[in-house]
Amino acid sequence: MKSGVLNLVVKRLGIAVITLLIVLFAVFFATSMLPGDTASILLGQAATPEAVAGLREAMHLNDPAILRFLRWLLGLLHGDLGTSYANQMPVAALIGRRLVNTMELAAITTLISVPLALTLGITAAMLRGSLYDRTVTVLSIGVISVPEFMVATLAVLLFAVYLKWLPALSSVNEAHSLTDLVRIYAMPVITLTFVISAQMIRMTRAAVIETLSTPYVEMALLKGASRSRMVLRHALPNALGPIVNAVALSLSYLVGGVIIVETIFNYPGIAKLMVDAVATRDLPLIQSCAMIFCLGYLLLITAADIVAIMSNPRLR
Amino acid sequence: MTMARTVATRRSFLGHSYNLVGVVAALVILAWTLVAIFAPYIIPHPIGDIVDDDYFGQMRQGLWLGSDYLGRDMLSRVLMGARYTVGISLAAVSIACFLGVVLGMLAAVTGGWFDTCLSRFLDAMNSIPSKLFGLVVVAAVGSSIPVLILTLAVIYTPGAYRFARALAVNINTMDFMTVARVRGESTAYLIGSEILPNIIRPVLADFGLRFVFIVLLLSGLSFLGLGLQPPLADWGALVRENIGGLPFAAPAVIVPSLAIASLTISVNLLIDNLPQKIRDRDA
Amino acid sequence: MTNLVEVRKLRIEATTDAGRIVEIIKGVSLDIADGEIIALIGESGSGKTTVALSLMGHARPGCRITGGEINVNGKNMAALPEKERAKLRGTDIAYVPQSAAASFNPASTIMEQVIEVTRIHRLIPPEQARQRAVELFRALSLPDPEGIGARYPHQVSGGQLQRLAAAMALIGDPKLVIFDEPTTALDVTTQIDVLKAFKSVMRSGGIAGVYVSHDLAVVAQIADRIVVLKGGEVQETGTTAEILSAAKHPYTRELLAAFEPKPRQASADAEAAANQLLRIDNVTAGYGAVRDDGLPLIRAVDSVSLAVEKGRNLGVIGESGCGKSTLARVIAGIHSAAAGDIVFNGKPLQRAANKRSQDQLREMQIVFQYADTALNPAKPVEDIIARPLAFYHRLDRQAQSKRVDELLDMVRLPKALRYRHPSELSGGQKQRVNFARAMAADPKLIICDEITSALDTVVASAVIELLKELQRELGLSYIFISHDLSVVEAICDEIMVMYNGQRVEQMTPDKVKAATHPYSKLLFSSVPKLDPTWLDGLVRDPELVSQYGHR
Repeated sequence: MKSGVLNLVVKRLGIAVITLLIVLFAVFFATSMLPGDTASILLGQAATPEAVAGLREAMHLNDPAILRFLRWLLGLLHGDLGTSYANQMPVAALIGRRLVNTMELAAITTLISVPLALTLGITAAMLRGSLYDRTVTVLSIGVISVPEFMVATLAVLLFAVYLKWLPALSSVNEAHSLTDLVRIYAMPVITLTFVISAQMIRMTRAAVIETLSTPYVEMALLKGASRSRMVLRHALPNALGPIVNAVALSLSYLVGGVIIVETIFNYPGIAKLMVDAVATRDLPLIQSCAMIFCLGYLLLITAADIVAIMSNPRLR
Repeated sequence: MTMARTVATRRSFLGHSYNLVGVVAALVILAWTLVAIFAPYIIPHPIGDIVDDDYFGQMRQGLWLGSDYLGRDMLSRVLMGARYTVGISLAAVSIACFLGVVLGMLAAVTGGWFDTCLSRFLDAMNSIPSKLFGLVVVAAVGSSIPVLILTLAVIYTPGAYRFARALAVNINTMDFMTVARVRGESTAYLIGSEILPNIIRPVLADFGLRFVFIVLLLSGLSFLGLGLQPPLADWGALVRENIGGLPFAAPAVIVPSLAIASLTISVNLLIDNLPQKIRDRDA
Repeated sequence: MTNLVEVRKLRIEATTDAGRIVEIIKGVSLDIADGEIIALIGESGSGKTTVALSLMGHARPGCRITGGEINVNGKNMAALPEKERAKLRGTDIAYVPQSAAASFNPASTIMEQVIEVTRIHRLIPPEQARQRAVELFRALSLPDPEGIGARYPHQVSGGQLQRLAAAMALIGDPKLVIFDEPTTALDVTTQIDVLKAFKSVMRSGGIAGVYVSHDLAVVAQIADRIVVLKGGEVQETGTTAEILSAAKHPYTRELLAAFEPKPRQASADAEAAANQLLRIDNVTAGYGAVRDDGLPLIRAVDSVSLAVEKGRNLGVIGESGCGKSTLARVIAGIHSAAAGDIVFNGKPLQRAANKRSQDQLREMQIVFQYADTALNPAKPVEDIIARPLAFYHRLDRQAQSKRVDELLDMVRLPKALRYRHPSELSGGQKQRVNFARAMAADPKLIICDEITSALDTVVASAVIELLKELQRELGLSYIFISHDLSVVEAICDEIMVMYNGQRVEQMTPDKVKAATHPYSKLLFSSVPKLDPTWLDGLVRDPELVSQYGHR
């Protein structure tokens, strides 16, 4: 890898780190604006003015925001995410299992949607203008245009209410067999797959169409190459960068989609945990969940950018 | 095989060519806008009144879109909901695009410190997932209408900025900009008279796209219970309160979603099928 | 005896954005015999590339072959199904594209792409194909024939890529090779090597060829017969000698005349010599970090001095990268000089334009090469021309309107054009508007930065004539920057040669043949002449070539 590319990649990573710090501070700052005095909430009934003042002192709540932020960061690095207000348990423990659940959901969705979307996107680009292409395009634009909860409700209507193949709600704890597990995961995964795939198909199709209209692909045509050769040997290797970029960007939509899907299907993941925490104004929990989300999102879009940098042929 | 794309049929009128799809989409958007403005005058039943004996009633004469979980008329509630969905989204997107475009053009032309700092800052803002940001801010500051509008605007300004700036930077490198600069023209002239007319079309398309994003985000927040609070209800909130009707396939839970879809799909279709100026002078 | 190629009444249609169908090739017929090289000559929009591509049965998106026959080696390309056409491409007919740089896949090595034709059509095993390729590289005079195949396209120069594209076309042993303006983007000195390489390989293989170009002199070196196209129709055909000496069709004569524009009559103003309008002394400018001596790391303009008198013109000629465009920008103040003085009208000028007075800016105007980017596409012509009037002269609406009419008249454009937008104008019209805007300021000096390089020869010569008239009427001075010697000879009183940022030599047009500096000699001798024997008889000092040429 030439030094030019390495330079740009390192720069991009640096920006990502700085962005992360800014984002973390923004999250910290925003959540600390939540109404309700922390100390009073914690003390509940026993909240006399002196007790509240004392607790505030003990919790360093009167320190300037920067100091509190740094203390929190320090705690993070030691694995201490604070204690939940609602149930007095360490946040890390609460998050642990739920995060794993969400990651499972995300992983299954990725495994299904990426091959599906890439195939549809690439073939639609190859057969541009055909009925197949137009159907795929219309459907993906349709899915992108509507809210995730609509995709979810339509999926429930189709698979649970009319076809009765799957249960509407999922309860992971009740899974007793593989088929149970499949039936429970199916709805959230189907919904998320639709949402993510639509994005991916659109971006992949655009990337492939762009490479298909380059002069070197026309040159291959003029050398007598067959359509499949033009696509596989000439267009795709050059579209690979934009396609991986598209995949990473589409996966970043999981961060938003998972919030809706876990809520509507009562899936015990970290997004549901956060939404509940917001409802109860559980500050430490909100902060940690938000941080994890931002981290994941940042990771994906930084990866997308880095792939875009590395695949620029002029820098090779 | 020449890989030619089949051109959708267009007709010409007043020097521009139109497309049936584009016209239909524009009419739908116009219809919803009118509904949003005149909602209180056209709803058949007051939105709080219980008019059905049953709840989650079916679509029938007099209750064209069925009834909701309390027995209220869905048609009236959906029409009224248009006010909030369309109104809030329009206000937010106008602020976001105005700010984004002005700042973007300014950054492109002045460059230097201003450009770098602003771009870095807004890129960082863009790195926060939009639902998350909306969630946290609304939880912190509440969900009154002004707060919602401002929050949505702030979330989507960075995107509008990035887009406008990229367009403006492209224009900025062109020779006619050099000519104007060497002449000694002011920044205000460069932005308003030379750059803006060239980017106005893509900017309008971006406006439409951003409008769609905001409608979806607003509906999502309301669906989670963090958007418009009862008794006010936008379309997302309508889905939330009627979610219990899902196992019965009640119209009440589907209809607000369809309303959202009709609006967002129409905007997307309109953007893809805008009337285009015909360059062929002999047609 | 049947010819290798027989085209009869070819018709091709295209669809405009209004959905209207336009015929762009209107019944073209031509013949090519075995081993014969013909040239398709015409200006842009004449349809020459379209006709050339149709020989392979290919039409660009939006176009369709609607009538006639295209018989290549006995088969009618117009009637064959796509699969059959694909079989013939690369094997019987091959194509050398205009922009080799864009036609090579950036993600694949050169060798892979050169031998791809043999893979597609399963002609010979890859090992043998690679050896053939190396032989072709050698025959085309490419440097390092053994190793060049392992490189990627972006690691190789433009002239080399053009020859590699020819190797890619020849590897399938075609009977006909189509060259689509292959040397248009190259410098004159590089062009010679490429032309020679093509010619020798084609002749030794007895391969027939179609050479598409707008440059008569280049085409005269390599073609046996010339076909002149305009507006999708054949105007005239004939052998090269016939066309060059005794052209019958008025359009062909127009093309020939445009090639040798009338030289400038030496100005009768003897007193003009004493009136210096512009003088620059030892100006240095460039890019990159500033070193200890205050000069930039990369010096695009290196200690250049020149002078222009009132009413007279200076031409600056050189090849790409010599610094002539940077010089123009430095004089105009767009790019700040790092060292040196600029004196205009007796007063010293600030190096940066934003520090100069408005009058100083007004009196020196610059006109750029690409009218597409030099005119704001969102504004109608009258706004574009009126703005300097409002800005410099503070004219009111009515006065502006009147003056716009006058200016359009001066550049010989119809007044009705004032309501149009630049996208609705032709290249020549846009350049005239560009000029009218410069003149709206009432300047004394106009710097023309390659203003005719993007125009067709006929249109360009009309623009040059216009410039000369305006100079006579208004007493303007020009600095004319170009890489095209004939254009500079036509309009300039003095010609300055630049190489590598430095001024190499200066002379009057009549002394061009007696140039003394080695680079000037090389440059001037590399300009193709309308003489078919010129290329074969060209003798160049190999040392000079290796020192100055971009191989």
